[in-house]
Amino acid sequence: MTATESDDTTGSDDTTGSASGRSETAPVLEMQGITKTFPGVTALAGVDLAVRPREIHAVCGENGAGKSTLMKVLSGVHPHGSYDGEIEFRGEPVAFRGITESERRGIVIIHQELALVPELSIAENIFLGNERSTRGIISWGGTLSAAARLLRRVGLPDNPRTRVAELGVGKQQLVEIAKALSKDVELLILDEPTAALNDEDSRNLLRLILDLRDQGIACIVISHKLEEIRRIADSVTILRDGRSVETLPVRDTPDAEPELSEERIIRGMVGRDLGSRFPERRPYRGDGAGEVAFEVSGWTVRHPAEPRTVVDDVSLTVRRGEIVGVAGLMGAGRTELAMNVFGRSYGVHEGGTVAVHGKPVRTRTVPEAISHGIAYVTEDRKTFGLNLIDTVHRNISLTSLPGMTRRGAVDEHREQQVAERYRESMNIKTPTVFEPVERLSGGNQQKVVLSRWIHAGPDVLILDEPTRGIDVGSKFEIYTVIERLAAEGKAVLFISSELPELLGMCDRIYTMSAGRLTGEVGREDATQESLMRYMTMDTEPKVRT
Amino acid sequence: MTTTQDRTPDAPAPDHLPGQRSTGGILLDLARNNVRQYGMLIALALIVLLFQIWTDGTLLLPSNVSNLVQQNSYILILAVGMMMVIVAGHIDLSVGSLVAFVGAIAAVMMVDYDLPWVVALVLSLVVGAVAGAWQGFWIAYVGIPSFIVTLAGMLLFRGATQIVLEGQSVAPFPQGFQQIAQGFIPEMGPYTQYHNPTLVLGLLAVVALLVQQIRGRRRQAAHDLTVLPFPLFVAKCVAMAAAVVVVALTLASYHGVPVVLLILCGLVLLLGYVMRNAVIGRHIYALGGNREAAKLSGVRDKRVTFLVFVNMGVLAALAGCVYAARLNAATPQAGLMFELEAIAAAFIGGASMRGGVGTVVGAVIGGLVLGVLNNGMSLLGIGTDVQQVIKGLVLLAAVGFDVWNKRRAATTT
Ligand SMILES: Nc1ncnc2c1ncn2[C@@H]1O[C@H](COP(=O)(O)OP(=O)(O)OP(=O)(O)O)[C@@H](O)[C@H]1O
Ligand SMILES: [Mg+2]
Repeated sequence: MTATESDDTTGSDDTTGSASGRSETAPVLEMQGITKTFPGVTALAGVDLAVRPREIHAVCGENGAGKSTLMKVLSGVHPHGSYDGEIEFRGEPVAFRGITESERRGIVIIHQELALVPELSIAENIFLGNERSTRGIISWGGTLSAAARLLRRVGLPDNPRTRVAELGVGKQQLVEIAKALSKDVELLILDEPTAALNDEDSRNLLRLILDLRDQGIACIVISHKLEEIRRIADSVTILRDGRSVETLPVRDTPDAEPELSEERIIRGMVGRDLGSRFPERRPYRGDGAGEVAFEVSGWTVRHPAEPRTVVDDVSLTVRRGEIVGVAGLMGAGRTELAMNVFGRSYGVHEGGTVAVHGKPVRTRTVPEAISHGIAYVTEDRKTFGLNLIDTVHRNISLTSLPGMTRRGAVDEHREQQVAERYRESMNIKTPTVFEPVERLSGGNQQKVVLSRWIHAGPDVLILDEPTRGIDVGSKFEIYTVIERLAAEGKAVLFISSELPELLGMCDRIYTMSAGRLTGEVGREDATQESLMRYMTMDTEPKVRT
Repeated sequence: MTTTQDRTPDAPAPDHLPGQRSTGGILLDLARNNVRQYGMLIALALIVLLFQIWTDGTLLLPSNVSNLVQQNSYILILAVGMMMVIVAGHIDLSVGSLVAFVGAIAAVMMVDYDLPWVVALVLSLVVGAVAGAWQGFWIAYVGIPSFIVTLAGMLLFRGATQIVLEGQSVAPFPQGFQQIAQGFIPEMGPYTQYHNPTLVLGLLAVVALLVQQIRGRRRQAAHDLTVLPFPLFVAKCVAMAAAVVVVALTLASYHGVPVVLLILCGLVLLLGYVMRNAVIGRHIYALGGNREAAKLSGVRDKRVTFLVFVNMGVLAALAGCVYAARLNAATPQAGLMFELEAIAAAFIGGASMRGGVGTVVGAVIGGLVLGVLNNGMSLLGIGTDVQQVIKGLVLLAAVGFDVWNKRRAATTT
């Protein structure tokens, strides 16, 4: 049942996959000449990928390069017959018609978007579709004990009866892996597993992936975080525009130091050297330079359902032309603060005021906040950002519609022109602006959300993890856009879990921990270490009764 | 090349630029993108053709076409409103009861209180708006699911109807009121064998249609969008114009355009325009597509939801007046099952259970499919029992086709 058993079968089929004997070992997985087209788009054009036993194989590439599509082909989400090319698994050609077939062979994919049922318990989720039962009756004892065993294996201390909705993203990711392990996984595919995780959860997850590798499970990991790839991967395959450009070894033996540099990976991904990672900052010198444009004072937010304070007496300021970062671990209250300020979109407001350009304003509803020139770009584009079934151009125009009308009717001509402009300036990869957003790759969807808010022309822009899931090249483009907005005199509040980008972009950085502001560091004094210290500062938990 | 197995041999290579596409490719693309609407339109044409043959030509006799329009007008009115409710991500089960209730109120005003019929009509629409606002309030501002609120409304308005009517039918109505459902626009000008104003209206419709098509094509071309090749475009225009001309001639050789058809066309044009081009229309689609995202984008979700139900209330009131006028009586049993017919029409016409998808024209096509089935089967003398069975199967088939088509598009294209 568990992977220890499948280990034995692995060992007997293959020549023992020890690190030293790798070069002689036949690949567990070999994909050759994979070509996959959608109407109007060639997502994959002859991709080759070979994964050796017991290796962690990274796949990188820009947004829309075809990484997710390749994994969907491999796992049968795109069934055999809908693509061209050969797939061999453990030396045999395979032709999966659906994910049940690939899972039966031990290939399990964890998608970019998690697929757990929030209202079910951890145990129920783990065995969903694969229930422990005798003659159709679920055996709860078996389910719970098996779930508990799997949770131990992934290092999750929670009770298997806990509802998944109560877990943070990091723990949910672990539940997904436990679910994969319950299926006798031999090849585990993780599509951007750490995109939504904070540093600590990411480190845990990466350690777990290394453990699984040591237990004999091969892993394919897709990631835009190159330092992660260097930390865990044994080799990396780079995709560009639907083609596999090259496969590079990252390290010689599993525990050796990485030999491949991030710059080298980037060169493969973008096809040239990328100079600096961040654009140069230009100060704003126009009207009212240095004036405080956005001020939050004494902001306190209560949890929507529990008697708990999630944001406690936070005050901050952003000047015109300034980019101010907010660092913090998951659960520090950054998103809660931003969403509550932005039209009370999360939680209950308990106190505090907002001022824009020195004038106190009310932001009790989203339209009110927008009318005062505040914009909030969400961190969760699928739930809070996009109408997935609608087109790119309508998603971009949504917030600005009232300003795009002529005699009461939406001026579709303008709408399309605007969309085209952002497609170009943000480098959104889509066949046309009339494509439904759900067909875009993850990173390109993010650019659509950003375009919407930039077009709304706010004075104060609150960005919540704006580069999540975005490739290095596009990150630079987005940084450039942010820099340009600041240089035009806008105030930017930049929430991010990636410290390097905060350090690279911000004039000042606030840190939050457990709902409170714990520090404020200027550009000159900020280092990863100093920020980390403030971010992990203990503040006694507040419980109201 | 990269053709997949299920692609027909003459299909376009997928990586061709739009400009290089073959005619067949463009057609295929158009068909693929509009499969639902074209599919239903073709289904409608087939159904009309079949019944025309089976009834030995009775179906499309001028008198029956007028009858068909008048008989289905109230369902079509309801279907248009229901489509908007469904697009917004809700449902309204109360419209049948509301039809009865408003009919009853109108009847009491005209018969018991001798109010002029115009005043009664306007007040009835106001009553509908208030009823819609009542439900919209609970749904939008209190947050009770629309299924529950309108289920309550279904009971509530039905009961209220019986109270207002004291269990009796109330009749008859003034001539003017009856004309809403039964009348035709008056004849004018010299005798020409045909109904003159109808010919003029038909001509105007053809001109408007052509102007709109040509402007649409220009606009598409201006944006480098793939347009139909010119000969096909001409063929399409001719076909559409011919359809209008045939309908106009048919109506003109009987009593002319029914008043209710004029009302219906006005509604479809107006609401279709609102849904396509007005900001609030966009907001309705956005809400149905992703409520949370729409809210965070500044869509006033509560107000929009509220207005959608007010609109539904007014349309239900209008349908109630038309229905009462057609029967020339208000009865406690009026409008039974109308909500289900309207919902079925919306889904046959391409609405999605999840919201965010659907068009006004689709609702009309869906309503016409049901209407022609009703009328055709009645002409053939098929009993209402069998009619229900067949309509049920049609609903299942239409939505089943939709689901199958979507799944195919998602996995194998
Ligand atoms: N179902 C679909 N229909 C049409 N086009 C699609 C579909 N799925 C993917 N594509 C297209 O295929 C290309 C590759 O997408 P894919 O999701 O594989 O990119 P990705 O490398 O995973 O990018 P990201 O890093 O942004 O997640 C994109 O251009 C995308 O628009
Ligand atoms: Mg992806």
